[in-house]
Amino acid sequence: MDIRDPGHGPLSMDELAAIIGHDIPPGSYVNLGIGQPTKIGDHLPTDADGNPAVILHTENGMLGMGPAAAGDAIDPDLTNAGKVPVTELPGAAYFHHADSFAMMRGGHLDVCVLGAYQVSARGDLANWHTGKPDDIPAVGGAMDLAIGAKDVYVMMTLFTRNGEAKLVPECTYPLTGTGCVSRVYTDYAAFGIEPDGVRVLATYGISLADLRQRVHVKLLG
Amino acid sequence: MSRAQVLETADQAVAGIEDGSTVLVGGFGLAGIPFDLIDALIRQGAKDLVIVSNNAGNGDVGLAALLAAGRVRKVMCSFPRQSDSWVFDRLYREGKIELDVVPQGNLAERIRAAGAGIGAFFCPTAVGTPLAAGKETREIDGRTYVLEYPIKGDYAFIAAYRADTIGNLVYRKTARNFGPVMATAATTTIAQVSEVVPVGALDPETVVTPSIYVDRIVVAAARRHTAQGAR
Repeated sequence: MDIRDPGHGPLSMDELAAIIGHDIPPGSYVNLGIGQPTKIGDHLPTDADGNPAVILHTENGMLGMGPAAAGDAIDPDLTNAGKVPVTELPGAAYFHHADSFAMMRGGHLDVCVLGAYQVSARGDLANWHTGKPDDIPAVGGAMDLAIGAKDVYVMMTLFTRNGEAKLVPECTYPLTGTGCVSRVYTDYAAFGIEPDGVRVLATYGISLADLRQRVHVKLLG
Repeated sequence: MSRAQVLETADQAVAGIEDGSTVLVGGFGLAGIPFDLIDALIRQGAKDLVIVSNNAGNGDVGLAALLAAGRVRKVMCSFPRQSDSWVFDRLYREGKIELDVVPQGNLAERIRAAGAGIGAFFCPTAVGTPLAAGKETREIDGRTYVLEYPIKGDYAFIAAYRADTIGNLVYRKTARNFGPVMATAATTTIAQVSEVVPVGALDPETVVTPSIYVDRIVVAAARRHTAQGAR
């Protein structure tokens, strides 16, 4: 596979959201978690009439979630997983929490996109707890999504503020799930977690040689 | 259990709750929080409570107010840490409250199991993570599962949209969240609703929580809380 390189980078999180949105297959049932991945909602595929071609799931009990609500459309009874007021699209459905998470565990969701502290070369995910003694652990739906969705994509910066790669041989943060990540989208490169290793799918303004120097995981590509 | 009682006030609805009770509290963020029941529980005075809810209070209202009043010994929840969870954060850091973090789907399914008479179940969530440490596992058809036990409540507090006078409930949008499973899993289920209608006024096809699960009902005016605060 050729490595894609749009010729500039590193990408902003909005640019990255557009790339991930473009890669989500039309017809998918998709969960965008909370925080940065929710930006992907602005970049999802549409059909010939301009209508959404994917159906968004939110863990708090809804399929067919629409964009964030504004003004008079804000309804305290209608929020997303990040507690942000949202809207409903035609064809929406509401259900209770046990059903919502059965959809995940039962393998009915096609794609979820989560943030991460670290992803390992084997696709282990760490995104719920820093493990620091004064940090209050909070897992939410991350562990259920990680093992439930058919494809788990991660959206994150490739490096910490200190310049350490977050794609690592072994996670040092507490795990969310093991062997569950299939793709890692970052500001410098996109990676596929494959049976024979980590494949570079795209680079954004960094050479493969520089990437190999800064990321201490064997990179195919 | 006899038919649900429709009560005049939230104080009547929470009467008799004993110290040390486990209370399942519906809601997700501020959607579907039974604010009037929680406020009445603060006035009622029961202490040493175990609260099972998705979050551990937002701002200074609802569960946060119950926590601030010093009535809660332990919280079982999936997501205590939020931008506005300062009451819980302070109590936790001062060592004044216990925390049991449960993955959100396990929280829902463990409550569902309690209501459905399931003794325990094997679940793939959290395998290989600290939240499965020390728990029994089993390999079934090549996949590893963790043994999870039910969570039963002495009381459930839920907020629904409408009830009829025998206790059938319908909900509104994502305020449904934990309400239907919690209603099944407590010895006494107490629902606050925006409106009580006569028997026969709810379309049986749209009833989400059948009356058999509901013990006490009280009408409470809907409060308009959003992530931006009360309004």
